[in-house]
Amino acid sequence: MKRKWLSGPYVLWMVLFTLIPLGVVVYYALTDSVTGAFTLSNLANFANYWPIFLRSIWLSIFATLICLLIGYPVAYFIAHCKPSAQRLLQMLIMLPMCISFLLRTLAWVALLEDTGIINNFLTSIGLSPLPLIRNNGAVILGMVYNYLPYMILPLFTVIMKIDPRLIEAAEDLGCNSRQVFSKVVLPLSVPGIVSGITMVFVPAVSTFYISQKLGSPGTILIGDVIESQFKAAYNPNLGAALSLVLMVLIFICVWIMNRFTNEDDEESMVTL
Amino acid sequence: MSQELIRLTSLVMEFDGERVLDSINLYINDKEFLTLLGPSGCGKTTTLRVIGGFLTPTSGDVLFDGKRMNDVPAYRRKINTVFQRYALFPHLDVYDNIAFGLRIAKLNEQEIDERVTEMLEIVSLKGFENRKVTSLSGGQQQRVAIARALVNRPKVLLLDEPLGALDLRLRKDMQNELKRIQQAMGITFIYVTHDQEEALTMSDTIVVMDKGKIQQIGRPEDIYNEPKNAFVADFIGESNILDGIMLEDYKVKFFGRVFACVDKGFEKNEPVDVVIRPEDIDIVSAEEGHLCGTVTSVTFKGVHYDTIVDFKGFKWLIQTTDFCPEGSYIGIRLNPEDIHIMHKSEYSGMFGDYSSYSAEYDEIADAEGSEDEA
Repeated sequence: MKRKWLSGPYVLWMVLFTLIPLGVVVYYALTDSVTGAFTLSNLANFANYWPIFLRSIWLSIFATLICLLIGYPVAYFIAHCKPSAQRLLQMLIMLPMCISFLLRTLAWVALLEDTGIINNFLTSIGLSPLPLIRNNGAVILGMVYNYLPYMILPLFTVIMKIDPRLIEAAEDLGCNSRQVFSKVVLPLSVPGIVSGITMVFVPAVSTFYISQKLGSPGTILIGDVIESQFKAAYNPNLGAALSLVLMVLIFICVWIMNRFTNEDDEESMVTL
Repeated sequence: MSQELIRLTSLVMEFDGERVLDSINLYINDKEFLTLLGPSGCGKTTTLRVIGGFLTPTSGDVLFDGKRMNDVPAYRRKINTVFQRYALFPHLDVYDNIAFGLRIAKLNEQEIDERVTEMLEIVSLKGFENRKVTSLSGGQQQRVAIARALVNRPKVLLLDEPLGALDLRLRKDMQNELKRIQQAMGITFIYVTHDQEEALTMSDTIVVMDKGKIQQIGRPEDIYNEPKNAFVADFIGESNILDGIMLEDYKVKFFGRVFACVDKGFEKNEPVDVVIRPEDIDIVSAEEGHLCGTVTSVTFKGVHYDTIVDFKGFKWLIQTTDFCPEGSYIGIRLNPEDIHIMHKSEYSGMFGDYSSYSAEYDEIADAEGSEDEA
C-alpha cells in the first residue's frame, strides 16, 4: 500500500486528460449553443440521428464478428507455431499498425474505386467493373482491415496460455479433437474473445474516417456526424451530446457482452 | 488375479535423436499396483505417456490384451490418467470436472449424477460439488483429479507423480487412500514416482529405471533385499557398497577377510559388489568385531543415529539405536544374511561410499528428483 504514489503520474494524467475533458463534454452537451443556458434539447436531438446510431452499431457488430471469424483461427494457428515463427507472424500482424491509419484507408480507396486497381484489372481482362466502393460492404471491409490486429493479439495471448496438459486431460477423458476444442479450448479462450470483441467494437463504432472514404453519403456513421458538428456545421454542443449518447450506448453494448459471455469476469482482460 | 493386461516389447523412444527409452520390456498384470521408480530423467514419465497414448514409440510395441495399440489415440484407450499437478479444467467446477468424461461418453444425466456423487464420497469431497477448482487446496485438487479419472471406471489408471506437490503428512494419508481405492475398485494402477519410500509402501511390483533402461523389476521386498546392481542398491534405501571377491559359493572376501554369505552361483574368484544395509550392522566392542574402525560422525535422526565409521579409509554408514560417540573405536559383526552380493555393473564404484556423507542426504535426493521431466 505504501507504493500508492507510484500510480501518481497516471492519476494526474487521467484527471487532466480524461476526467476534466469528460466534464467539459458533459457541460457542452447540457448547455445551449447561443445563450449558454442549461438545456436538454441537445440530448433530445439525438432522436433525429437514431438511424445513424443504429447503422454504426450494426456495421460495427458485423465487422467485429468477421474479425472474430478470421482472427480466431489465425490466433489459434500462431499459438501452435514454434516460438521463432510466432515472433515473425506476430510482427507481420502488427506491421500494418505501423503504417498511418489514413494511408491504409486511402490505399483501399485506390484498390476499390470504380477506376481503381481491381476494376481496371477486371476491365482489362474483359469483365465488367464491380461496384466495390461507396457501400456498407466497403465500410465493413475498412473496419475489419484496420481493427483485425486488435482481435488477433488478445486471442493469441489467451490461447497461448492454455495449459497443454488440459488438452491431454481432455483427450484422456475421451475427447476427440473436435470435442477437445469445443469443451476445453473454446471455453478457455472466452476471456480473449471478450477483450478482442471489445477492442474491435469500441473503436469501430465511433470511427469516422473509414466511412467518409469508403462509404457513401448514405452510409454515414455517427462518428462522421460528430466530427461534422465540430467542423463544418460548428455546433459543438450537439456534437458533445451525441458523443455522450454514443459513450452510453458503447457501455451498454460492452456490458451486455460481458454478461453474456463471461460469468466469472475476473479473468476477462478488459472489463468495462 | 495375475492375468496379463499390458505388455511393452522392445520399446524405444527417441526425441531428436536422443534415446530416452532403450528397449523396455515389461508386462503388467490385471489389478496390479505397479510403480515406475527412478530419478528425474530416467524415462519413467515417458514410459507412462507411451502407455497413455500421448506419445508414439519410435519402435517396439504397446500391447493391451494382446492387441497392438501403438496407433490408437489416447481418447480411444480404456485408460485414464491422474496428471502431475492435476490439470483440472479451470472453467468447470468440481462436479463438472468429475462429470467431464461421463458427459463425453454421453451417459444420461441421472447415471452421471449417481456416479459423480459416489465418487465424491470415495474421495471425501462431499459438499464441494459447486466449488471452483482454483479455490481448492492441493490435496483437494488432487482428490478431484483422482475422482475425475476413476469415475470413468477405467481398466488402468496412470498416475504421474500425483503426490509430488503435497506436504509430507498429506502425502502419507493419500498413499494409504490410493492403495485402499486401488484394492477396493480392483483397477490396475501404474504409478510414477521418484520417491523410493512411496514405491515400497504402495506397490505390488516396482520397476526401477535409470538412463532409459529398466534396472530391476520385482516385489518391494526383493528390490530392497536383493538389489541387482549398485544403482538399485543405492537408490532404494541406503547401502554401503564394497568391492569384494567371491571365492566360492557362500564365501566372499572383502577388507582382507573371508565372510560367510547366503549367495551362490558366481564364478570362482569373480570380483563382485558387496551390499551391506546400514541397519543390518551390529555394533560390538572392538575385540569382538569382524572389522574395527573409528566413528567419525554421529547424527541423530529420531528413530536411530546415523553413525559414520572409518574402516581403513573406507567410510560406512551404520544406522543404530546405540549411541557411539565421535572418535570411539568400535567393532562390527556381520551375519551371513546381512551380506548381499551383486555382479559388477556399469554402476560399480559410483555409489555406496559415505566419505562425503552429509546429514541432508534425503533432502538432497528429493530436491534432485522433484524436478520436471520431459
